[in-house]
Amino acid sequence: MKDNRPTNIDLASISGYYFPIPALASILHRASGIALLFGMGFLIWALSKSLHSEQQFNEVALFFATPLAKIILWIVVSSVIYHFVAGLKHLVMDTGIGETLVGARIFAWGVLILSFILIAVATYIIFVGV
Amino acid sequence: MLRHSTNLSRNGLTDWLLQRGSALLLAAYTVFIFVYLLFVKEVTYAHWVALFSDTWVRLFTMLTLFSLVAHAWVGMWTVLTDYVKPLGIRVLLTVFLFLLLFSYFFVAVSAIWGL
Repeated sequence: MKDNRPTNIDLASISGYYFPIPALASILHRASGIALLFGMGFLIWALSKSLHSEQQFNEVALFFATPLAKIILWIVVSSVIYHFVAGLKHLVMDTGIGETLVGARIFAWGVLILSFILIAVATYIIFVGV
Repeated sequence: MLRHSTNLSRNGLTDWLLQRGSALLLAAYTVFIFVYLLFVKEVTYAHWVALFSDTWVRLFTMLTLFSLVAHAWVGMWTVLTDYVKPLGIRVLLTVFLFLLLFSYFFVAVSAIWGL
């Protein structure tokens, strides 16, 4: 039987491969997804605590004013933004739009540029304020 | 035929559809929360409780939590089966994933309905 299934390369050997932009966009989608698995725990913890009582709400508000919380929040929000934009690309390409080599490259660049701009805005809001 | 008993629906197409459907709900909820936090100038405890006491917000949050669990399961299953080859470690990580997602769901649901 001819094996036509795609092979997965060893993750540790990845730096030895030519790494085109769509591959970078794809691996970042996975990386941000893994970050969000834990990031959601942080957000759900904050949600649960903030809804528990007014005192705990204030504790959460105070915590979110600390540099540590802002850095964690920045990582989570940046991951949300990247995963969101890269996910939109998937949904668009699922409809058959851009399913060419050139299309894939343009979309990958689009995801990187758009998410970079949105993350820059989010960075400003988190660390400087609206 | 390759079978993985840990995928969500035991069917690749259904998993694929679940991933897309849950993605749309998660995206909608993300926009909803971002817009709320950006446009409500000062979020007080009273505002915050009022928001999550609303039946529609609770319903939307519940649907989003189901989506989060399904989306994370399908996504992490894909990543784990791609990169973690030793079966024992993968099973261990899958169990950890299950417990993590279950606790997220439990904590969030209690937070919303405990108001």
